[in-house]
Amino acid sequence: MATVTFDQATRLYPGTEKPAVDKLDIDIADGEFLVLVGPSGCGKSTSLRMLAGLEDVNSGRILIGDRDVTDVPPKDRDIAMVFQNYALYPHMSVADNMGFALKIAGVSKEERAERVREAAKLLDLEDYLDRKPKALSGGQRQRVAMGRAIVRNPQVFLMDEPLSNLDAKLRVQTRTQIASLTRRLGVTTVYVTHDQVEAMTMGDRVAVLKDGILQQVDTPRNLYERPKNVFVAGFIGSPAMNLLELPVADGGVIFGGIVYPVPGSVLDAAAGNTVTLGVRPEDLVVSATGEGLPVEVDVVEELGADAYIYGHTTLDGKNHDMVVRVDGRRPPMKGDSVFVRPEQGHVHLFDTSSGLRLAETV
Amino acid sequence: MSETSNAQWHDEPTDYEQAGKLPRLRPASSESPSLGSLNITAAATDPELLDLPWHIALEQWPASALAALPRGISRHIVRFAHLGGSVIAVKETSEHIARHEYHMLRKLQRLDVPCVEPVAVISGRTTPDGDELDPVLVTRHLKFSLPYRALFSQTLRRDTLTRLIDAQALLLVRLHLIGFYWGDVSLSNTLFRRDAGSFAAYLVDAETGELYPELSTGQREYDLEIARVNIAGELMDLAEGGLIEEKVDPLATSELIMDSYRRLWTELTEKESFELGERWRVGARIRRLNELGFDVEEYAIKTAVNGTQIQLQPKVVDAGHHSRRLLRLTGLDAQENQARRLLNDMDAYRADNNPTLDEEFSAHLWVNEVFEPIVRAVPRELGGKLEPAEVVHEVLEHRWYMSEREDRNVPMAEAVQSYLDDELRHRRDEAEIMLTADARTIGIDEDSEYGDN
Repeated sequence: MATVTFDQATRLYPGTEKPAVDKLDIDIADGEFLVLVGPSGCGKSTSLRMLAGLEDVNSGRILIGDRDVTDVPPKDRDIAMVFQNYALYPHMSVADNMGFALKIAGVSKEERAERVREAAKLLDLEDYLDRKPKALSGGQRQRVAMGRAIVRNPQVFLMDEPLSNLDAKLRVQTRTQIASLTRRLGVTTVYVTHDQVEAMTMGDRVAVLKDGILQQVDTPRNLYERPKNVFVAGFIGSPAMNLLELPVADGGVIFGGIVYPVPGSVLDAAAGNTVTLGVRPEDLVVSATGEGLPVEVDVVEELGADAYIYGHTTLDGKNHDMVVRVDGRRPPMKGDSVFVRPEQGHVHLFDTSSGLRLAETV
Repeated sequence: MSETSNAQWHDEPTDYEQAGKLPRLRPASSESPSLGSLNITAAATDPELLDLPWHIALEQWPASALAALPRGISRHIVRFAHLGGSVIAVKETSEHIARHEYHMLRKLQRLDVPCVEPVAVISGRTTPDGDELDPVLVTRHLKFSLPYRALFSQTLRRDTLTRLIDAQALLLVRLHLIGFYWGDVSLSNTLFRRDAGSFAAYLVDAETGELYPELSTGQREYDLEIARVNIAGELMDLAEGGLIEEKVDPLATSELIMDSYRRLWTELTEKESFELGERWRVGARIRRLNELGFDVEEYAIKTAVNGTQIQLQPKVVDAGHHSRRLLRLTGLDAQENQARRLLNDMDAYRADNNPTLDEEFSAHLWVNEVFEPIVRAVPRELGGKLEPAEVVHEVLEHRWYMSEREDRNVPMAEAVQSYLDDELRHRRDEAEIMLTADARTIGIDEDSEYGDN
């Protein structure tokens, strides 16, 4: 078991000016499940491969425990890349399928058997150890593949989009299994995904990256409730937060026909005459009395108890998409026009030019 | 508008976001089922693609749509089907993976790396009831290529195995030279073609691969480590199934790839220093690389400050030295070792018959008088056994052994007849060998009905 430290770790590809990963600083606790998430090209996989030793670190350091592994070859880092290859061998028993890498590493027969048995117990595969993989179900085969990584007793598990190959059903099932298993094993895990829902449901903490730069690393709840900047605000949450650039007035922000009250000290901190106001779809209220911002309904997605309105409003002559959660029993119709306003105390304010958060939720 | 006109054809975009061309319309055919709104990304338009039953899950494709042997090595569901005159492999996977792999294979092809040919990505598949089906990646089956598990009928012999691993190491070196990190190197993810007694390896699965401007030592070493572990696992599995000679040690054999790879990598990339007076070593190094089948397109020569030492490092090496020479002289397209073999015969032919003739002209005569007569002598029904270049190589070999055995110069016509009767006729067809179900690894997300086989 070990901590993992990215200390100003930077990866600059030859012939490029902008680092793929720029001065990354993350301290991962022993046994923690940390998820790296971000859009394509954000540097999440590069960061993972730097930890694995598959990318050179051009400046800064990477530590596993107290050991500086910056220049240590991948195979000597005591890490396991999970699901690298999960083809199972048809003539070998389940036990051999799980333990063959240990045999290659020269681990004794007794110890191999012991480690395989332990892993099989955790994975609920004890009864199948002598069978051939063809006798297993899809889910059981997936667990055998996980067993391959577990028997190696690594200090750190590294997983790069391990579920992307699986069909939707097996993906959700395996997601839960991985999260609970790594917690039971207490092995520090770094997990890469582009899917923020996966990130939020699996991670103890989630690190959001964009353009090679760490935007925020925090618990899923804090990322959701207190995004540090506009990017994180828009990236975390599904459907995404509504982000609107709105003019500042005395005592608040002009939100359609109303002024949403904001303390003057918060607004003073903003650089220009506008602020970016963020409000999640569930924090908007449909106003019966026609107050707030008019939204024209384009699509209504009915989910039973709730419904989501996908519509648009007009700001400064330009259309702007809006998503609003409404009562599923009485949703408006496509083509309707409704007025919405934020629920008091659920608004996130960001400086329009820097994109940084201005204050606690107001 | 016909109901088939909903299918969208796209020219291959240079990136995922770039929009394709306008849809090309195709007249409705009476037996054609509804295509829904298929989205097809392809480099060249194969209209026959539309005749395949995309509205049916791959697992349930009717036998009439499939090429003779149904399954390949993959963790996904894969089927082989006929498309025009060739056989295609169809793999069901996620759209992201299908597109990634398609574009990666396109790039590798442009970089002249031996790999399977990507044909298309087809998404937007639905059943007649409107249920969504997984997108597919379509690749063209490599004619005369063999999965490693098809290279033995009873047991895999040790020397065959060694040659396979050498071919795999060469492929890995070539991939690494262009900056390709494979991420899942294994015998299963490679196809082999016979190459004058050796093998030429082709990359089949680029799902986990990425192209970089250049690879770090860590990346190369890790790929090699993956290769070693996977090959050991594959051989242990063969050993468990009694499909490999008993004297083969899976672990020791898997380590051969490390040696083979490192030897080749060093020879191709190592900096060499020598005294100013030993300039002949520049030429010697280049000849050595040519012998290994590489051309040096660019190299760096530096002299040390005191001017007495020269440092030489090949910068850009390009595989296919002999294939290119053969192609230039004769227009024949062959694997590297086949080309080497044919060139040797061609050079000997010139020395024996017309040493004063231009190389090009003599090569032309050799094709007319040696190569083509042999190929023409192969009866049509034996045409699917081996590739023409391999047949010529084997005939030359056969004639040499025959002559030695009988201690006389066996005429070509006699050697050819004897080869056809005693050798070729008894071989199986290798033009379109695919695997049977019991000779493959098992994918995790496959249905366990596989076990019934």
